[in-house]
Amino acid sequence: MASEVREMKSIWFLVGLVLLVMGGLVLLAGVVELFSPSERQTVLADTHPGIWWGAVMLAAGSLFYFKNRK
Amino acid sequence: MATISLGVFDWLVIASYFVFVLGIGYYLKRYTKSENDFFLAGRKNSAWVAGLAFLSANLGALELLGMTGNTFKYGMYVAHFYWIGAIPAMLFLGIYMMPFYYSSKIKSIPGYLKLRFGEKTRVLNGIAFAIMTLLVSGINLYAMALVLRTFLGWDWDVSMWVSALTVAVYVTMSGLMSAIFTEIIQFFLIWFGLFLVAILGIGEIGSITEIMNRLPESFNTLWSTSGDAARNGMEVTWPAIVLGLGFVLSFGYWTTDFLVVQRAFSARDLRAARMTPIIASFFKMAIPFIVILTGLTAIALSNDPGSGFSLLQDGGQVNYDSALPLLIARYYPTGLIGLGVTALLAGFMAGQAGNISAFNTVWTYDIYKSVINREASDSHLLWMGRVATLVGVLISIGTAYWAKSFPSIMDYMQAIFSWVNAPLFATMLLGMFVRWVTPNGAFWGLLAGMGSSFYMFLAVKFQWFEAKILTLSSVQSDMAVNFWRAWWAWLICFAVTILVSLVTKRQEEKDLVGLVKGLTEETLGREVPFLKRPEFFALLSLVALVILNILFW
Repeated sequence: MASEVREMKSIWFLVGLVLLVMGGLVLLAGVVELFSPSERQTVLADTHPGIWWGAVMLAAGSLFYFKNRK
Repeated sequence: MATISLGVFDWLVIASYFVFVLGIGYYLKRYTKSENDFFLAGRKNSAWVAGLAFLSANLGALELLGMTGNTFKYGMYVAHFYWIGAIPAMLFLGIYMMPFYYSSKIKSIPGYLKLRFGEKTRVLNGIAFAIMTLLVSGINLYAMALVLRTFLGWDWDVSMWVSALTVAVYVTMSGLMSAIFTEIIQFFLIWFGLFLVAILGIGEIGSITEIMNRLPESFNTLWSTSGDAARNGMEVTWPAIVLGLGFVLSFGYWTTDFLVVQRAFSARDLRAARMTPIIASFFKMAIPFIVILTGLTAIALSNDPGSGFSLLQDGGQVNYDSALPLLIARYYPTGLIGLGVTALLAGFMAGQAGNISAFNTVWTYDIYKSVINREASDSHLLWMGRVATLVGVLISIGTAYWAKSFPSIMDYMQAIFSWVNAPLFATMLLGMFVRWVTPNGAFWGLLAGMGSSFYMFLAVKFQWFEAKILTLSSVQSDMAVNFWRAWWAWLICFAVTILVSLVTKRQEEKDLVGLVKGLTEETLGREVPFLKRPEFFALLSLVALVILNILFW
């Protein structure tokens, strides 16, 4: 959409930004949980899903963000 | 169940979503200068943007919660809503119907009815669609507030007003453009926010095969038990699935519901518009890997007493919609809980924005300009679109409060589609493919179809006659009744339209050029190699559909 309107940022850039911010927060929460586990224990908590899923989001976000920066 | 408490990171994820959607609305406002920008997003979208928005407009949180819950209730048969109940219709729209829609430069589906059949059919459909949209929008809002209160303990009024006003602000600023942008962000949030539930579910149980092995045959197959309604969880036979769901309800929704088709109208050219539903079809096929898999995991866990998993009970009744939130609470630690809640919020709000942006277009063009102010200027229509957005949100809030006082209204969602969309599909089909169908035939056929569907709904509800008269079977679920009612409403509309057309005045063929097959020049990219044509991608989609159905037969 954005490619034809010079000033407008591409939607894919914004998707990248959202995934970077949210993925970063999820990853950070996972790291905090690793060193200071909360009282609420979840099933499969030992696999630390916040860390690897946050990393997946960061990777996907980076791809969208840097590929559509201009 | 105690409500799920959120940590600092959860709140930060949720807050960042609100900052993004409001920021996007504000950012896009500077690019929304004309009514074309506001109502059709400037007709500049690529097929990918329009395609993902097309899918996301339908992918509300109500559907995610409802379909996961339905899977718990009915089993694998719910996948029919995503496969035979969506893909053929989406491909038909892209291949056969889009050329008539897009080339006639209409701004809405009722706009096509005006060109093909005249003003009265347009206004009839415009009013029915506007009412349906606001009802669905209000029910969506009600469902969101209910979920947030049940699982997070949030205040009913605050969560409803905050999300409704957020939608009102960003849609009023930049119309369809901001609706489409937020729908695409919602698409990614739903995948990243909810697919992990399915992954962790498989992780806990062991494998997809193990999940299937823990279910009875009536719950883990798609077609092999459809010969006898008593043998499958949905209590439905294959003719109802094929005719009611696969043909009438599915084609009625995907090819005529302006909420989704409007996204294709925003595409930059005819090829992109045709590719819009075809691209969406691939992603639609993948949604069961979130909702169906999650629902089946919930059944497998609840069958295992050692898992400690069971759905909520409301007044002795199982709350099927609690399946997805309970699994989120089971698997997601801090941070991910915020992401899961944001995915649901995004689904609710994007669904709300989709309904409101479709409503403001139909109100402005098909009711206001058509009946109230025929001479309205473009700038006045842009102003009216913004006012309609605000008024639409306020009416939705009113509808949500109404739904709150009548909780059973949630059951009426499928029924609403069968009142409006099922007969409209007969009108559209005849309008596009049969040149001798007349304006009077279309009007009276549509009225008869909508009226009969509503009558059948009331008749079963108040037991004026038994449901087996519609379903032709002594065993049937509410869903089976919905499928059959849609089929009969379509058939009545189809028959009345033809009968009235036989005895009323036909239009001249020169007035139907560009609107009816056979009278429209077909120059649909024949010069492009087959491997680049929409037809090729539609064929790929169809092959994938067949493979999936065979795999889970």
